[in-house]
This record gives sequence, structure tokens and C-alpha cells, in this order.
Amino acid sequence: MTDETLLSARGLNLNFGNIPALVSVDADLWPGEVLAIVGESGSGKTTLLNVLSGRMAPDSGVVWYRAPDGGLVDVHAMPAPALRALHRSDWGFVHQNPRDNLRMGVTAGGNVGERLMAQGSRHYGDIRAEAINWLEQVEIDAARVDDLPRNFSGGMLQRLQIARTLVTHPRLVFMDEPTGGLDVSVQARLLDLIRSLVRRLNIAAVLVTHDLAVARLLAHRIMVMQRGVVVESGLTDQVLDDPQHPYTQLLVSSVLTA
Amino acid sequence: MTVMLQTIDLSKQFLLHLQGGIRIPVLGDVNMQVSSGACVALAGPSGAGKTTLLRSLYGNYRVGAGAILVRHNNEMIELATASPRVIVDIRAHTLGYVSQFLRVVPRVAAIDIVAEAAHNLAPEAAHERARDLLTRLHIPHRLHGLPPATFSGGEQQRINLARGFMGSHPILLLDEPTASLDNANRDIVIAMIQEAKAAGTAIVGIFHDTYVRDAVADQLYHVLPLQDAA
Amino acid sequence: MNGYNFAYLDEQTKRMIRRGILKAVAIPGHQVPFGSREMPLPYGWGTGGIQVTAAVLGPFDVLKVIDQGADDTTNAVSIRRFFARTAGVATTTHTDDATIIQTRHRIPELALTEKQILVYQVPQPEPLSKLESSRAETRRMHGLAEYGLMHVKLYEDITRFGHVSISYDYPVMVGGRYLMSPSPIPAFDNPKMHMMPALQLFGAGREKRIYAIPPYTSVVSLDFDDHPFRTTRAPHACGLCGADDSYLDEVVTDDQGGRLYVCSDTDHCETRRDAGHVGSESPEVEQAA
Repeated sequence: MTDETLLSARGLNLNFGNIPALVSVDADLWPGEVLAIVGESGSGKTTLLNVLSGRMAPDSGVVWYRAPDGGLVDVHAMPAPALRALHRSDWGFVHQNPRDNLRMGVTAGGNVGERLMAQGSRHYGDIRAEAINWLEQVEIDAARVDDLPRNFSGGMLQRLQIARTLVTHPRLVFMDEPTGGLDVSVQARLLDLIRSLVRRLNIAAVLVTHDLAVARLLAHRIMVMQRGVVVESGLTDQVLDDPQHPYTQLLVSSVLTA
Repeated sequence: MTVMLQTIDLSKQFLLHLQGGIRIPVLGDVNMQVSSGACVALAGPSGAGKTTLLRSLYGNYRVGAGAILVRHNNEMIELATASPRVIVDIRAHTLGYVSQFLRVVPRVAAIDIVAEAAHNLAPEAAHERARDLLTRLHIPHRLHGLPPATFSGGEQQRINLARGFMGSHPILLLDEPTASLDNANRDIVIAMIQEAKAAGTAIVGIFHDTYVRDAVADQLYHVLPLQDAA
Repeated sequence: MNGYNFAYLDEQTKRMIRRGILKAVAIPGHQVPFGSREMPLPYGWGTGGIQVTAAVLGPFDVLKVIDQGADDTTNAVSIRRFFARTAGVATTTHTDDATIIQTRHRIPELALTEKQILVYQVPQPEPLSKLESSRAETRRMHGLAEYGLMHVKLYEDITRFGHVSISYDYPVMVGGRYLMSPSPIPAFDNPKMHMMPALQLFGAGREKRIYAIPPYTSVVSLDFDDHPFRTTRAPHACGLCGADDSYLDEVVTDDQGGRLYVCSDTDHCETRRDAGHVGSESPEVEQAA
């Protein structure tokens, strides 16, 4: 078991005017583990995800990423081309709304193959075969490889986004409410898919969600945020079953069970 | 006999912020240990803190004071202050837990729930062993491929048990393993516990049924209810 | 020159355009913005090409202007006459006599030399314009050499039609670095751009961009390893000169579906006929013209 983290953040601070979005936030992520960031609206969880993934710069603090060659990279000091290349290869980002990350006028196969083509793949047959393979892995019928996503359901769109993200075998995937906005039955299928893909492919993930059940199902560790502050963090089942902080106790006790 | 699991002056209280910050002490100065091949049964009245102790041993509950020592990879690791990563590793390889209720994962078939609990087994081998365990616990073959959400309480508990015994952990924590079972299945579970003990597994269990307790336990540890310090 | 500066544009403007051209030549395939001037013809009629030609034209140059390969269409004639009047330069219809050739939508069949400049008229300089509507984003893509999107378009064509459907303005990689629109020349002409000894300049007046391919630069049409780029031409010989390897125009000759295929490059066809080549339809053409 390696002690080296894949991603580490120290002392992140970010204010939007007078509003504290991040207050002295530290975070660590190890290879192959899932970290959930939970909180209600305004907690700063999405801001934290954006800062960790380099999409938004903090006012102060640093985010380190361990590149495949073992060296540490300061995510916010990287030149833009390098960060964009990282997002297309070793990293993935699953958006809450799949339409934000898909080309609706391009076939499912083209959507999945784009990252491969962006990396220099030039064999049509191979690209198409790889796209079909990934569609099957996310349980989309391979016969739909030439269909436009315009005709896909919400759940299918989200699975297509996941296929498009995973095709380059990223080691780290950021997910922003991946099941938000989907029907419950569709959510269940998607969560099961994410769960098995993450385990099978040994992907590390940072998962933002307001749904504690999703965190319990998918995450090894959890961070609870309130108004920019990490009020509690630790083992998922421990934080959810034996919450110590008043806000965590409030969150946990507020969840309805069917 | 090697000591596999040990507590030293373990104490725990619950601090309920939402109820005005009242403190409820549950465990005080718990000193117990279990060796390989042995079974310690936690005894005591309802509400005394038996489940709380068991959950604390698994790292599911935080500990207020004291230490929990677990033999992991031939070293004694202190669990109460261990990092989450270490606890995940201990749970994967050393420490197993069978809770009272199966927490249902939507859409995953019973056999997959059990097979997933294996480590160091190839997928086909894990599936075979899962099938054998389920069959032994009288889960009919036609149910193996179904998600257990609609199963009866007893059936769910047997899946839980299969999953718990699947991992072949050196230390096993059992919370009321036979609670919803009929006599036939109860006896099967007793046999499984005895086989585990014979293979060197250290077991800590809560057995409401004294028949079962007498059949498997080598030692009783009494958990006494603490006075309220409200 | 009747009150006009040499070649119509004032010297400061020519200097500005030449600076743009130098930058374009230094970065092959990269689009350089320039201060496109009002010209005495509307946008869409070749104002970019005219400004580039005006900037590089000298008193001893010989100018040829073609439109879809022909010297004798209205636009080619007008532009040629424009420069004859404002610059007093010699003009020609013969490719091998010209030092500057301004063209709309074709490359001459005759191979060009180091002593020549080819000026293309460009309607839309941005090769990604149909795929990405944001200009800011396309500039970022060029800056970062992120051209996956264009390959996606080719992938989609192959998926939908079994082959790439782009027949003109086929995108190319210049110098292995920049994705470029060669202007709406037929894909048939793309190979001519590769390692061409002549300087190739591209002017887009409405979009206000200049780009360039210096002599002997690599120009490669985009394709897939298992669907390589192919040139296509109509499977006929020229009805006038018999050429079976030139790009052809299809001329409808009567209202019973009669057709005549002739070389699009009029100078090429005429030169071949002067040399004695004949095609199957030679006698009829004088009547149709």
C-alpha cells in the first residue's frame, strides 16, 4: 500500500467578494480511492471541486498532483496547454449536466472517440472499435454507436459522458453530482455502474454530492463542508454513523428514508 | 494462542449536539481480548452497549478514550487513531463484520454482493465460492441472480452472513448472526462459526440466542450499562 | 494612373499588408489579422485577394487572374483590368508567363515555379468555423494545436457516408503545425500545395485575415490511416483537348441532357490544343461558345 497521495491540497482559500467559499481547506486523495465532498448549497463543495481540478484559481493555497512519472506538479502553476492536455488524458470530469460535456450533433461513437483523436489516434477502425467497447461498458447498446445523442434519455446521456471521459483511462476523475436530476431508478443504475467501473479500473475519484446515500455507496472517505469550512472528515461509514460535529449530526438526522 | 484483537481501557460517549449537547456515556474501561481460534461472546442486557462495542471494534464508531489493538500483517495496529486508509486496508484483509441488517445496494445481484467481498480470488473462483455459501445457507439458486431488496428478513440476513464469511478474515465480528433464522439455518451458521474457529479465526459476537452462544463461545465478556451522567 | 496610387492602395496600407504577409510567411498556416480596406467591389468578390496582390505587385510583374480556372469570366476580366488600369502592369492568360497569379477556387494545372506567387481569394479563413462557432475558442484551439474536433468531423463523415464527404476546401495541416483552410479549391488540387516552389498567399477581405504557405512547405490533407485521402475527378477526358488528368467542368449543351466535359483551367486546355491535342467534341465547341 503506497503512502503517496495522488492529489493533495493545502490551505485553500477563496472568497467571492465578502462571501467565503473556501476557508483553509486541506484535502488528500490516494490512488484508487473515492473521496466524497458533501454539503448543502453554499457549502463550497463545488468550488472545492473546481479548485482541485484547476478550473478555478484559489486566492491562496496550493494543489499538488502526482504525475504518472512520479513527479509533483502544482496544478495552478501549470501552463494552460498542459492543464488542458491533462484534462483530456489522465484526468476526467463528469458534469452534472451531461450536455455540458457532449457534442449533441456528433454520433455517440464520435463523442467517445474524440479524446482518442485529440491524442493522435488516426485509425478509424480502431477508434470505432474502442468506442463500441466503451459504450458496452456503460451499458449502452453498441448498435447506437452511430446515433446522435439528441435522441438519448437523461440516463443514457450521463452514461455516454462517462464513456467519453473514461476512454483515455484516466487515473483521477472529478464528478459533480453525477446523478443529480435523474429519475431514481435511473440513478440506481448509474450509481451501480460508477461503483463497478471505479473498482474495476482502480480509478481515484473526487465526488461532490448533496446526497449522503450516494456518498455512502461510492466513497471510502468523506468531507463535510459548511460555508467553506471542512467541519468533519474521515471514513465514510464512521462519519455518517457516528457524526461528531453538530452540522454533520444535523445533516445525517435530516435525511429521509423511504 | 496469539491475541488477535484487544481493547485497553476503551471508553465511548455520545455527544448529541441536536439535543442540547447532552452526553450519553456508553462504554467505560472496556478491557477484553480474543485469540485466534477462539470466540468471545459479548453478554449483557439490551442497550448496554454491546453493538456499540462491536462497531467500535470495526472502526465504524469513534472511540473516546483507550485503545483497540488489531493484529494486521503480523503487527499490532492501534485502530482508534489509525488513518482511514489503514482502516480500509484492515477491513479488506483482516477484520470482517456481519451486521444485524443487510444494507441493500440497489440493482446488485445477491451472488455479486457476496462475491465482491472476496479478496485474493479471481472473479470465477469468487463466484463459485459465493454460490457454495449461498447454497449452504439455503438460498435457492433462482434467487442468486436477484437483488436482495425484496427478500425476506431471514434471506437478507443469510446473504449478509455469506458475505461476512466470504472474505476469510482472520478476525470476524458478528452482530446477532442468527436473529432472523429458523433452526435449520441456525445450525448451519453454528457449524460455519465452528469451522472458522477451527481454521484459526478469532471471533467476537453478540448472540441473543443462548443456545447458539453456548455452542460457539469459549468466553463471555459482560458489557455493563453505565449510569447516565446527564 | 488617373489619381490613384500604384495598384490603388496607398503606400501605408501596402506596408501594413506586407507586414501581415511577412508574419504569415513566418508562421505557415497561421491566420494573421489585417486592416482590410474598403475596395471598389463588395465583400465576397475577392477584396482580400486583391489587397494581397496590390501589396506585392511591382511595375515589372506580369499578372494573371483566374476564376474557377478560367481567365475569361466576368470577375477575372474585371480584376485583371483593374490592375492594368491602376498599376499599368502587363497582364497575361498564360500561366507560365505570369509572375503573380490571383485565383478564385482553383490551382493552375501547370506546375508553378520559384519565380511565381499564387494569391488565393478566401471567403472563410477559419477551417473550424462550421464545427465551433466561437472564434475565441477556435483561436485557442489553433494556439494549443487542439484539432481533435476536425478529426471528429472526418470520423462522422466516414460513419455517415463511408468516406470523407468534403469535396472542396478540404482541411490541411501546414508545416505539421497549423490546420488551414486552403480556400474552396477542389480536393483534387490539394496535393499541388505540398512542397510547391511558388509562394502561396491567402487573403480574406471580409474576415480580415491573411495567411501563407512559404515555398517548399509540407501541406498534408487530413485523413485516417485506414481511410487515406484520395483525389477525385470526373471519370472523363476533356472534350476539347483530350486531357484525362485535369480537373473538369461539366457544361450542359442542350435541353436533352447533353453534356460536355472540359478542362476547368482554360489556359491549360488552350495550350494543349495549340500543341495539337484534340478531344472528342472539338468541332462543336465553337458553336456552343
